[in-house]
Amino acid sequence: MVEEGAPTPAPDASHARIARAMTHAPGPDQLLQMYAAMLRVRRFEERARELYHAGRIPGFIHLSVGQEGVAVGVGAALRRDDYLLSTHRGHGHLIAKGGSLRALMAEIFGKATGCCKGKGGSMHIADASVGYLGANGVLASGCVLAPGVGLSIQMRGTDQVVAVLFGDGAANRGPFHEGVNLSALWRAPVVFVCENNSWASTTAHELSTAGGSIAARAAGYGIPGVAVDGNDALAVHAAVAEAVRRARGGDGPSLIEAKTVRWLGHHEGDPQAYRPKSEVEEGRRQDPIARLRAHLEGAALLDAAHAARVAQAIEADVEDAIAFAESSPLPEPHHALDDLFVHWPWKD
Amino acid sequence: MPVMDFGDALNLALKEEMRRDGRVYCIGEDIVLGLPFGVTKGLAEEFGLARVRNAPISEAAIVGSSLGAAMTGLVPVVDMHFADFVTCAMDEVVNQIAKSRYMFGGQIACPLTLRMPYGIGKSAGGHHSNSVEAWFVNTPGLKVCMPSTPADARGLLKTAIRDPDPVLIFEHRALYRVQGEVPAEETLVPLGAADVKRAGTDVTVIATARMVGEALLAAEMLAEEGISAEVVDPRSLVPLDRATLAASVAKTHRVVIAEEGPMRASVGAWLAWVVMEQSFDELDAPIARVAAPDVPIPFSPPMEAFVTAHAGQIVAAARELMK
Repeated sequence: MVEEGAPTPAPDASHARIARAMTHAPGPDQLLQMYAAMLRVRRFEERARELYHAGRIPGFIHLSVGQEGVAVGVGAALRRDDYLLSTHRGHGHLIAKGGSLRALMAEIFGKATGCCKGKGGSMHIADASVGYLGANGVLASGCVLAPGVGLSIQMRGTDQVVAVLFGDGAANRGPFHEGVNLSALWRAPVVFVCENNSWASTTAHELSTAGGSIAARAAGYGIPGVAVDGNDALAVHAAVAEAVRRARGGDGPSLIEAKTVRWLGHHEGDPQAYRPKSEVEEGRRQDPIARLRAHLEGAALLDAAHAARVAQAIEADVEDAIAFAESSPLPEPHHALDDLFVHWPWKD
Repeated sequence: MPVMDFGDALNLALKEEMRRDGRVYCIGEDIVLGLPFGVTKGLAEEFGLARVRNAPISEAAIVGSSLGAAMTGLVPVVDMHFADFVTCAMDEVVNQIAKSRYMFGGQIACPLTLRMPYGIGKSAGGHHSNSVEAWFVNTPGLKVCMPSTPADARGLLKTAIRDPDPVLIFEHRALYRVQGEVPAEETLVPLGAADVKRAGTDVTVIATARMVGEALLAAEMLAEEGISAEVVDPRSLVPLDRATLAASVAKTHRVVIAEEGPMRASVGAWLAWVVMEQSFDELDAPIARVAAPDVPIPFSPPMEAFVTAHAGQIVAAARELMK
């Protein structure tokens, strides 16, 4: 289902997809890393959910349980020095980019040891050390930052790329169109990845998105547009790897629409009265983690004992992050006045 | 000292900074031709189209891409074309540029300059005439400056470009062809340093940008009546040089604050509070304000003139304070 500018992406695997997937196919080690990364995202968020409902996490959290195939498919196709711009539903994106679980958990706890010293919170995390240039509380805003990051890469003469994640709801905001247009004009090394979970908060995709296909919008800007099964981490990886290859080679941006399922509410506490339960049940049957595990088992790369070891290690990492967050100090209140400017010698 | 106009002084600043630092680039609509006000003319010839970038009419992408570039190593100078159009990039300025460093705990820097051609005149009408600086003074995370002379324009723009934080420089459209002396040597004007444009003893007139010229004209008229007006130009609003304001008020004990934008919840209203807070015991009269009525800028010349803040209003306000 890798079809450039396809107006209605076919849901089944096509020869083109398989052929391209082969060229960027991850090796055994990377497949296992992707499996572990998805499980790490899943367990981090499941535990964050429990802690949120236990009153340990202030504010709001937007979880990506069920969507790990997109986060990890993207993350695995990027280098550590590549950039990623993310969304309000961005914990998984940061974990997939290699961010510290401790600093992330501490941040969403509002602790001084958080990656943003407690100033950002769940919706505004960032970790520049792994090129994660920020989640964003405003939808599609990353889409206009991306061409500038791409321009910087071009002017500095490196072979980095920037991937920008956004939801299907964001694809209906102006900055999406402005950002894709400018990136295409500049042939900037940008990979636009729409994480289409079919719900813009509580509004269904078909009620918010004319034309149906977000991938098809790429055709209007003369760039490749690809729709993939976002519950298949390997399909996401193949599409992103191809887009990254193009971007690194100077062939400009691509748009990937990864269709996935948000298992939980828009935010924790969303009763989801607008949505049939069957949809989530169907989503669970397409669990991206179970799918990759089945693939790994089929290829004899993973057995039950190995899987248990992986799960155990992840459990330990997540619990370590929680312990770190719980034991970290809250910020001193007056630190609310720090970090606004690099240079502020004035008393005012 | 060489004499040049305000627009050429800005042009000189851009050339000097682009020669000094290869990370500096300019972006905006029609800037390769130097439009709309001539400030970028000749830059493309010297620096090429990679560093002097005509952009599509996509304000969100122009401003947003500049943040993306600034946080990854470049130094953008954005031409907003008309400051009014910043409304099409308000998320990018207010939510993204102003907040990114703070929200991310100081992990990133945003060394970019937004050039904001603004102001009333020539019947440009409601979408091309507004003084919008108050929006940004009210947005933590932005530095804001407003030059009134060619020398200040050059010196403040150079400082803005070198500053590691986002700086908005408001360039009044009516000043672009105003002439003034500009030092032959490279000169920076720091942020947070007000300038006393005329010394006086009876009343302090605080004014920025075009209103400085109106204040100086008013001071001439008041002098004929025996009233000695001191004209203080803060030059930058964020940061604000409170000490120079306090020193002037301690001398004159009376204050007129003149601005071009509308009266309500404005920069002048804030400056009046600053003066009240730090100089209450020095004041011999209530603080007077000159500002526009709270309407959009009308098109037709007599109505436009009616809402344009001018020297006569400053004179009237000062006279009233001296009674």
